[in-house]
Amino acid sequence: MSDTPVTPRPRVGLFATCLMNAMRPSIGFASAKLLEDAGCHVSVPAAQTCCGQPGLNSGDEDGARALAKQVIEAFEDFDYVVGPSGSCMATIRHDYPGLFADMADWRNRAEALAAKSHELLSFLTDVMGVTEVDAEYQGTITYHDSCSGLRSMGVKGQPRQLLGSVKGLTIKEMEDTEVCCGFGGTFCVKYPEISEKMADDKLANAAATGADTLLGGDLGCLLHLAGRLRRKGSPVRVYHTAEVLAGLADGPSLGEAPKEGR
Amino acid sequence: MEFRSPEFKTRAVHALHDVNLQKALSNTKAGFVVKRAQAAEEMPEFEALRDTARDIKDHVLNNLDHYLEKYEAAVTAAGGHVHYAADAEDARRIILGICKKANAKRITKGKSMVSEEMGLNEALIADGYEVVETDLGEYIIQLADEPPSHIIAPAIHKTKDQVADLFAAAHNKPRKTDRAALVAEAREVLREKYFSAEVGITGGNFLVAETGSSVIVTNEGNGDLTQTLAKVHIVTSGIERVIPTLDDLSVFLRILARSATGQETESYTTFSTGPRREGDVDGPEEYHVVLLDNGRSKMLGSRFQDMLRCIRCGACMNHCPVYGSIGGHAYGWVYPGPMGSVLTPLIKGMDGTYDLPNACTLNGRCKSVCPVRIPLPDLLREVRHQQYRKNMTPKRQKQALKLWRYVAERPKLYHFAERIGVRILASMANGKGKLRSLPFDPGWTGARDLPAPTGRTFLELWQAKRGDQ
Repeated sequence: MSDTPVTPRPRVGLFATCLMNAMRPSIGFASAKLLEDAGCHVSVPAAQTCCGQPGLNSGDEDGARALAKQVIEAFEDFDYVVGPSGSCMATIRHDYPGLFADMADWRNRAEALAAKSHELLSFLTDVMGVTEVDAEYQGTITYHDSCSGLRSMGVKGQPRQLLGSVKGLTIKEMEDTEVCCGFGGTFCVKYPEISEKMADDKLANAAATGADTLLGGDLGCLLHLAGRLRRKGSPVRVYHTAEVLAGLADGPSLGEAPKEGR
Repeated sequence: MEFRSPEFKTRAVHALHDVNLQKALSNTKAGFVVKRAQAAEEMPEFEALRDTARDIKDHVLNNLDHYLEKYEAAVTAAGGHVHYAADAEDARRIILGICKKANAKRITKGKSMVSEEMGLNEALIADGYEVVETDLGEYIIQLADEPPSHIIAPAIHKTKDQVADLFAAAHNKPRKTDRAALVAEAREVLREKYFSAEVGITGGNFLVAETGSSVIVTNEGNGDLTQTLAKVHIVTSGIERVIPTLDDLSVFLRILARSATGQETESYTTFSTGPRREGDVDGPEEYHVVLLDNGRSKMLGSRFQDMLRCIRCGACMNHCPVYGSIGGHAYGWVYPGPMGSVLTPLIKGMDGTYDLPNACTLNGRCKSVCPVRIPLPDLLREVRHQQYRKNMTPKRQKQALKLWRYVAERPKLYHFAERIGVRILASMANGKGKLRSLPFDPGWTGARDLPAPTGRTFLELWQAKRGDQ
């Protein structure tokens, strides 16, 4: 444990990323379960929307600043802000302070929020000291290191450590697991052919492991990779790591049809 | 060099379908990425040296006038000449003048990306000079009449078979496919050129202010022959390449080759300090350094100053998955990959360079390997901000961003819109779990399905279950 919780039962504001909120609510429930199992009190502020990254990465700094203020206001009273995405949380942690370079008050608030903002799995292990989970998944998985989580938030060993405690689960590492999958936010629709090539490189490496399941920590990458797998008719299942860790990977995987009778 | 960055999109797609290019690119991973990782791993102080290198460069850039004056004084004291070129045209004029005065006919060239930036070869050839590139890669692409596609491996886009064809046609000799035989044949052809050239032009990896030395690193020794055998040696470099001392140089020499090719050091590290002195057995009679500004001084003190730390190792492009997918030519100008996508808009201007900083996933792998720790993703994003402020962002995208902001600033509207959106998508998926096409598809479903949402948003489900806040 590198960092002791400030209160015995820290109050965590769960950041419901845009994609998760719309496309995959089970990741949100999985996150809440993992946080509560770790002893956190979880709230989901209704006043939250988007972290502002689309504007920030596409040149609209003013728009990003406006949304950053909204996030700061919605979350600054919590002990921690935690989200199931390295990408959104990296925006809050690393980009927010720079957005307010000339506004001392907001800069201080942005820095204070940045300091207590975490990606879900690294928060569980590095802050809450979680070393194992009580879950089962029958399958062989390979884990894609999403770029923001890996390079901006230092997420590398944490998901693997926790996955290692899941009963029935085998981890097979793929080659080039740290190479970008080609999602890249708007990149994947602005340069779809390059994005497709990068996805195919990634999926070829994943396929070479023989894993039946592909996991990752950022839903953008996962929607992109699952979408490509479904288009190619591959049976490989795609889940967010949190779903597996929380024992909520029993429903249809991303892009998979719901089974009858469910 | 022809400016083709405006054609990025079509050239990128073309590159993805170029079988030879894809074959050539697939060979580069083992050549660069794995070796760099090994080299970095084997030197415990590698990360600390990266910090030191960054700090030295920052110090120089904050005192560039001082170090340029010091460097110029040292070059002059050693009997050489320093010329400052404001832009490419200025540089061509200076160099053409030197070549004319030397009564040159044949000019040999070591590898120099700055000379590409100057458009030097085209200008020399137009004035009737025979120009011979002596770096093997540069020589290959000169035969193919193509620009470099990588800053340290200019012919990386060529397969061995393509090189065999080029040599057979140009040398009028039986076609060879053995690697060593191809190299030997090029060496034989080039050897004769060195001895008959009046002017030798090289780049300058580093310019040492305390001694007035220019330093080049090569693996072929071609630079040495180019600069020692001709009567006149011209160094082309950028104003930002000056460093204070030889001690500082040792820091850069230890990280340059490791970052570039994973070698501990290049085969040849060559120092040039002025022309031949009395008693020297060889060396040029004249020594000129042409220092190119071409937009660099404007970057000083700007948000892009960090870019001037670049030592042109190529690690960023070697590790860039976009570069690895499309190669260097798609970028359309001298500098490809991440560093080029920052530099090209700054040097050539924002017009026609829109795609370069946008064709990037901001994955950050370039930043993680840059030996002088240039925050490339941040700089690429900063170029995007400038494009947005200059109103160059495509109208449709700008409208989408404005709409997104409008809705996202209003949580109730946002959540209402998401609730409607996911219901529509879920009903369109009709139990199949995925969508093969989308109305108003922005480009998602060309190659992928869209995994369908379940039909309820997380927030509405959470509120229904837990009802807090």
